[in-house]
Amino acid sequence: MARRAGAPEVNAGSMADIAFLLLIFFLVTTTIETDAGLDRMLPPIEPPDTDVVIKQKNIFQVNINKNGQLLADEELIDLKNLRAKAMEFLDNGGDGTCSYCKGRKNAESSDNPSKAIISLKNDRETKYGTYITVQNELVGAYNDLRNRESQRLFGRDFTDMEAEYLNPETSSSLKDELKEKVKSIQDLFPQKLSEAETSTSN
Amino acid sequence: MSKFAKKKDGDVPAVSTASLPDIVFMLLFFFMTVTVMKDSTLKVENTLPNASETKKLEKKDRVIYIYVGKPTSQYEKVFGSEPKIQLNDKFAGPSEVGDYILQERAKKAQELQNVLTTALKVDKNANMGLISDIKQELRKVNALKVNYTTYEGDAFMNLNR
Repeated sequence: MARRAGAPEVNAGSMADIAFLLLIFFLVTTTIETDAGLDRMLPPIEPPDTDVVIKQKNIFQVNINKNGQLLADEELIDLKNLRAKAMEFLDNGGDGTCSYCKGRKNAESSDNPSKAIISLKNDRETKYGTYITVQNELVGAYNDLRNRESQRLFGRDFTDMEAEYLNPETSSSLKDELKEKVKSIQDLFPQKLSEAETSTSN
Repeated sequence: MSKFAKKKDGDVPAVSTASLPDIVFMLLFFFMTVTVMKDSTLKVENTLPNASETKKLEKKDRVIYIYVGKPTSQYEKVFGSEPKIQLNDKFAGPSEVGDYILQERAKKAQELQNVLTTALKVDKNANMGLISDIKQELRKVNALKVNYTTYEGDAFMNLNR
């Protein structure tokens, strides 16, 4: 006997199959993006007008050779010790003008964090992975010092504050407040990381 | 005989699958929203190095990508096994990077042209020589903001390959 009341029901049994098909398609095409990395600024190509004289003791030279060995301040060191060594150099405060430095105030090392420069030089044959590790350690040294000062002044990590400041979802009033703080910490330990041209010799 | 006796034949009642479509749809919507269609197919090997001090690369519309790595096995015969630069969909030499950046920059909206970042997606086994050439080219066209794209992780894992 034919049903009269209403239209016949559509069979939804194959809905799951269709949904599965789509699901599998999107599963396969999905790539969760890996968009994080080390931000760096390259130096502009035109040389500065005035030659700045920098004292040798204010420069921390890092050399990577083609075998991935590391020469820091004319000393062959292990990559694992680079961060500590860079921090020691930045935090030294040799001329006593730096009130927040906790370093050893060694007269042979950097005068003030604002004058301290880290110079990185690498060989053409250096592996990119090694180079990134070195970059990571040097940025890490700055971050550790900045975190220390930020904890002292504002009671929270600098990296944490900076991430919130850069997050587009943060409200603008909070952003202004964070901007001040981020800037003040950045001024305490300005990131001066110079990259020399690569050498072709070994 | 009684109406309770009927159920006693040992059959496990079937699990209702009526909500299965709902569950699958939920998953489907999740993957639909997180999916990013790749805009260029990779022709080079691209195992990024690890780093721990990373910053997130916000706002995709302000990023220009440059891939570097060894050509994949499919292209190895034609292009050799030395690391190469991939711009969009084709291989290129270091001298073409500058033009590419200018071209990509011109495609972006006016107000974004000064805040572009160049993301270098470089295989961890590439040599620095090629990277230096790229950096030199980038400096020439004044694209000074770079981001060495990495995976999150312990940086010392880069050393053992």
